[in-house]
Amino acid sequence: MSERIFIKGNEAIAHGALAAGCRCYFGYPITPQNEIPEFMAKHMPAAGGAFVQAESELAAINMVLGACATGTRSMTSSSGLGISLMQESISYMAGSEIPAVFVNMMRGGPGLGDINTAQGDYYQATRGGGHGDYRTLTLAPSTGQEAYDLTRLAFELAFKYRNPTLVLGDAILGQMKEPVTVDPPAPQAPDEAADWRLNGCDGRPRRVHKSIYLAEGELAALNIRLQEKFRSMDAEVRYEALHTEDAELVAVAFGSIGRIVKTAVRKLRAKGHKVGLLRPITLYPFPEQALRDLAYSGKRFLTLEHNMGQMVDDVRLAVRGLADSDFFGALPGNMPFPDEFEAAILRALQGGHA
Amino acid sequence: MSRIELSEERCKGCMLCTLVCPKGLLRCSKRLNAQGYKVAEIDPQRLEECTGCTSCALICPDTAIAVWRTGKDKESSDE
Amino acid sequence: MNEKLVFKRTVSLADRVTHYCPGCHHGIVQRMVAECLDEMDLARKAICVTSIGCSVFLYDYLLVDCVEAPHGRAPAVATGVKRARPGNFVLTYQGDGDLASIGMAEIMHAANRGERISVVFVNNTVYGMTGGQMAPTTLIGQRTATSPAGRCRSTEGMPFKMAEIMSGLDGVAYAARTAVDSVKHIAQAKKAIRRAFQVQQDDLGMGFVEILSACPINWKMTPVEANARIAEELIPAFPLGVLKDIKTGGAC
Repeated sequence: MSERIFIKGNEAIAHGALAAGCRCYFGYPITPQNEIPEFMAKHMPAAGGAFVQAESELAAINMVLGACATGTRSMTSSSGLGISLMQESISYMAGSEIPAVFVNMMRGGPGLGDINTAQGDYYQATRGGGHGDYRTLTLAPSTGQEAYDLTRLAFELAFKYRNPTLVLGDAILGQMKEPVTVDPPAPQAPDEAADWRLNGCDGRPRRVHKSIYLAEGELAALNIRLQEKFRSMDAEVRYEALHTEDAELVAVAFGSIGRIVKTAVRKLRAKGHKVGLLRPITLYPFPEQALRDLAYSGKRFLTLEHNMGQMVDDVRLAVRGLADSDFFGALPGNMPFPDEFEAAILRALQGGHA
Repeated sequence: MSRIELSEERCKGCMLCTLVCPKGLLRCSKRLNAQGYKVAEIDPQRLEECTGCTSCALICPDTAIAVWRTGKDKESSDE
Repeated sequence: MNEKLVFKRTVSLADRVTHYCPGCHHGIVQRMVAECLDEMDLARKAICVTSIGCSVFLYDYLLVDCVEAPHGRAPAVATGVKRARPGNFVLTYQGDGDLASIGMAEIMHAANRGERISVVFVNNTVYGMTGGQMAPTTLIGQRTATSPAGRCRSTEGMPFKMAEIMSGLDGVAYAARTAVDSVKHIAQAKKAIRRAFQVQQDDLGMGFVEILSACPINWKMTPVEANARIAEELIPAFPLGVLKDIKTGGAC
């Protein structure tokens, strides 16, 4: 039943969603992710679901809120600019404990930026992004297959934790074609969310999904409960460790940059340099403990990103008191090349500033 | 005779009911409820004039009025 | 005594004090919504999308499944609900800021798509909850917290006539404007709400009802004065009537 097809990362994400039982897609065109709504326009109705090209990203995320409130697996996708528009609603979903999956295929910023790849939305993705104390589970694929697999996982986690969940990609991932093994569309389990979904109160007490709490102590209680939930997400930490056991320097990188840095690390290892890679796959929850364990054994760290320095904050937090992390950033607007990452790793390895 | 039951705890003293009673039976009382509103009342001297038309109940924003109508024929009571 | 109970609270309306101001017409409108849901046997399959404004706590009074939408987005949230569960009855309940200001794009597009939802639009020409600022439907010359000299056409534009705008959109099956300032108008308003609900049941398109309402506190009037303003000032600016009813020959 699985088939191996040659597709863009954007399409892999769409395939993953349908295989996970997603039955509603609401979105708005934006470069570099338009293959996702275009694929869904064709295949979602065929899978028995609903596709709406919304009037804006604002409308799209709110359609997702409504559909997910009924317990239906639903999603939207965009790039950083559109994700910015969506933040109020994402905060509402976190506060109301309505799950949803949303996808950000990052491009250069700030502002209109460019339509090429970048990683400048790490802060937005992992610090909630909107107002109030909340987090979004964030998954960062680095290959087409990972994009497919992590999208499927995103739906599982969103509904397990009743929280908005983000698949964070970029223009490289979205536009690059690779062989990906995909399963056909499958239905959502009919009883998923039966204990909280809105489907009419026939035969049960009616339910309300809201996030305003004015009575004394209620909002505080919600926040405490949410924080406990976010801490429990530590069980979902995922990362890839390559050659870290005897590394002197550990490179830390995510997404497409993680993949490029992996190539650089392999090349340098082949030349005898003791470098390793820790590639976070979940950005929230962040693989703090894995980094901390490496710091205990005296390793140094170099964080490499395609931005002005965002994930490096989390690496430094993770290894605090034990080590520090240097930073090298490919500049937003420029195409990142393995050579520059290799050079940065070498400089850091030799004790200089990356 | 028909009659109304006006819940004084629910009344907010808006007096919209006094605008619509075709017989002009409703008025502002001198009583304050626990919320601090001066509540409406039906003139206790004219209770038998109530026809149970439900106009007061229909305009009351607080659904504070229930209405019983007594017909001329012998209907058994509902509810 | 052979008396018959001819008016009491309907089942889907909670038996509790409301937070609305004295004389606020929300109380009348939400009661009629609950009555229509009960009379048409829709309460158990209803999903109500509540909005932001004085009616933000509607879910405390309307005893059906409810989801709270961000400000202005109720028609988009309702679209998601109805597309995910077409067999349920979906309604939004919105004020003039929520629907005609921040939510203008969402209501226009949901209406244009002909989403099978019913929209109850409570128009009191002012922002109530936030303290009486100007609304898209504030009348020319009306003084509000952000139009202290009175709304001026040249700087603020004319008030939006939403029922007319809605009636011009293809996907709207029913568009009407009503009021609740008199027993006669209340009866008409309830009929309009029923019809707006029915067109959803008949799969014809969006049902839209605008209901002119009073806001005594922010109009700086007594409830009785505010009620009178409906007939004196609002109705001349926003004429009542059924502007579109697809059964009487609306657009396709």
